[in-house]
Amino acid sequence: MKKVFERTKGLVDIPMRYCPGCGHGVVHRLVAEVIEEMGMLKKAILIAPVGCSVFADEYFNTDAIQGAHGRGPAIATGLKRIKPECLVISYQGDGDLASIGMAETIHAANRAENISIIFINNAIYGMTGGQMAPTTLLGMKSTTCPAGRSVDVNGYPFKMCELLATLDGAYYLERTSVHAPANVIKTKKAIKKAFTYQMEGRGFTMVEILSQCPTDWNLTPLQAIERVKNEMISYFPLGVFKAPPKPTKQETVKV
Amino acid sequence: MYQGIIMAGFGGQGVVSGGILLAYSGMVDGKYVTFFPAYGAEMRGGTANCSVVVSSEEVASPVVAFPDSILVMNEPSLAKFEPKLRPGGVLFLNTSLVSSRSKRDDIETVEVPANEIAEELGNIKCANMVMLGAYVKKSKAVSIEALKKSVAKVYVKANEKVLNMNRQAIERGAELVK
Amino acid sequence: MAEKTLMKGNEALAEGAVRAGCRFFAGYPITPQNEIPEYMSWRLPEMGGTFIQAESEVAAINMLFGASACGARVMTSSSGPGISLKQEGISYCAGARLPIFYANVVRGGPGLGNIAPSQGDYYQATRGGGHGDYRVFVMAPGSVSEMANFPRKCYEVAFKYRIPSMILADGLLGQMMEPLEFDFEPVDTSTIPEPDWVLGVNEGRKRRVVRSYDLAPGKMEEFNLELDSIHSEVKANEVICETIETDDAELVLTGYGTSARVCKSAMALARKEGIKVGVIRPITIWPFPEKIFSEIADKVKNFLVVEMSLGQYIDDVKLSILGKAKIDLHKRPAGGIPVAEEILGVIKQILGKS
Repeated sequence: MKKVFERTKGLVDIPMRYCPGCGHGVVHRLVAEVIEEMGMLKKAILIAPVGCSVFADEYFNTDAIQGAHGRGPAIATGLKRIKPECLVISYQGDGDLASIGMAETIHAANRAENISIIFINNAIYGMTGGQMAPTTLLGMKSTTCPAGRSVDVNGYPFKMCELLATLDGAYYLERTSVHAPANVIKTKKAIKKAFTYQMEGRGFTMVEILSQCPTDWNLTPLQAIERVKNEMISYFPLGVFKAPPKPTKQETVKV
Repeated sequence: MYQGIIMAGFGGQGVVSGGILLAYSGMVDGKYVTFFPAYGAEMRGGTANCSVVVSSEEVASPVVAFPDSILVMNEPSLAKFEPKLRPGGVLFLNTSLVSSRSKRDDIETVEVPANEIAEELGNIKCANMVMLGAYVKKSKAVSIEALKKSVAKVYVKANEKVLNMNRQAIERGAELVK
Repeated sequence: MAEKTLMKGNEALAEGAVRAGCRFFAGYPITPQNEIPEYMSWRLPEMGGTFIQAESEVAAINMLFGASACGARVMTSSSGPGISLKQEGISYCAGARLPIFYANVVRGGPGLGNIAPSQGDYYQATRGGGHGDYRVFVMAPGSVSEMANFPRKCYEVAFKYRIPSMILADGLLGQMMEPLEFDFEPVDTSTIPEPDWVLGVNEGRKRRVVRSYDLAPGKMEEFNLELDSIHSEVKANEVICETIETDDAELVLTGYGTSARVCKSAMALARKEGIKVGVIRPITIWPFPEKIFSEIADKVKNFLVVEMSLGQYIDDVKLSILGKAKIDLHKRPAGGIPVAEEILGVIKQILGKS
């Protein structure tokens, strides 16, 4: 019988430890499929962060490195400068990227470091059990803001795409989500763009992916999806925040 | 033979490069030498100084707490380093810029109108060379030949005209010491 | 070899590292080591290497983590406060078995302290420095020549055993100029075979993973014990120590780095006066030359430790001698630099001579 679908070779065939309804598994598959489709399985290096996706180094069927909390962009810098022929991917969560690793994120973007970041924004610290993240929504409860995040005490959630879009070194920034099939497809396209731009040597690329964490949100998987749709997207609008300049007429002719 | 030297002045008087030249010359002469600059916050605020040791034996510490000679290029440096000069030590004083004189009777002073001589030669910047010429003639820490030869090694970007002016300045400084 | 040149210690260290094959440097400015990144910023591009001024010490050490995982000979340098910031990353390198090389040009502490020479970071250097159970190969140069020539050994040991290596210097060694000669020809990095753990293009081999964690029960203990046996090998094979005139000595002076320079001069002064003094100068301070101290302590009953800290180095001397001899301490912390004459005074006091 003709095979119409098969598992991506970009993932190792072992069970993942993610909770039911978590978005990481979906994003892992998208990233792996894109690596495979680009023919980069033998040339990709994936950086696993500290957080729920710490085990990503076990799941991806590529060379991988697990680094210190938040330092993915700095590690990626070292990797890419020594092996420019490799596709270097820093996979990070919100605490990793926007809290402890904020400086590394901003400076790698500002250096136009030729790397791609896959940024999972689920507005919570998952691995440590549901503490407040730099992207936790106002009013949203966590174990360290049990009454809900308040501006007076905790300030505002970080909008990372908007923030990085102000930097000349950022080449491509897009925010997507994985709460519905159409969004999953868009996310994959965004990932492919980011990786392609990296291999073309165009500079810093990041895809921020809104994701759900039913376990630490204390919601069912379906309720969690509703929250992404109804609450997260309204604060973190989806879309492209930095894109390559449209080619001028002259450049179009050249192509 | 052991000579611990401190050279001090304003930034721009060639105090650091003068110290390096002295150390380099000692190396050329086969002596043990060290050079140690005042660095970081110490060198802010327009003053500069460095320690040089020229010795026939290995040098323990490059920091000269109590110098055998001090080469004083400006007024503030006299106040700062004169009290530290060892008894019997020699004060080389740039009298072009320093009007005060030492009141100590246990040291010797060699008066060097370094800026005036440098100006005669065409460039005030070689005042440090006049000072070194006088110092080397008096102390014999290194040879005048090594000093003149090393000028080109330390001032690698200078042209032949400037190098010769520096060598002349060294000679004029040496002539001051009988 | 080449004729003698006059170089600043920091620059000699940088050039020595480049000659030893360093092709990647990431660092952050701090006095008194700024000449190292300054030198690397033009020298490495000249050699086809990479220099990055990182946004922080933390970022710098993590850039090394990445570059080292790709097999490069990497380096960072800093002074006390900056080395403290790098400790997390150094621990990760130890855990991931990455052979990084770094230098601490020590200044006075604690806190911001000052920028004067000091040996106050001895414990931090010789006990690993960061979290977890690991050690770093530590060399303590005592001259500008050694600043230039020790990086080669550091890389050799780091790559052979896959452990971090470092040079523990101080502001005096970094800032001073002294004639120097390189005792080795520049390493041709293209001739170094790529180790079998390097990340990159993985054609024709299994995928590789560099990591410092293992949550499976018992696995981390297993890894720690493996590290322990590597440490034992380093201890057995890589100790370097200089001993001078200890055979007839009635007192042995001991110190490392700058302190050892002054010890040697104090010894010369003492010998001139007929006082029989010897010197033990560890060149590697981890591994520590325990055996040499122990053997000499069988014969010599007076030890005088000289250190530019409050009694850190003396602990390793005590652990080596194990009560076999009397040990005194002469300490000059946070900018105090011992003077040969003052050490001679202490020697006379100990031996009851006027």
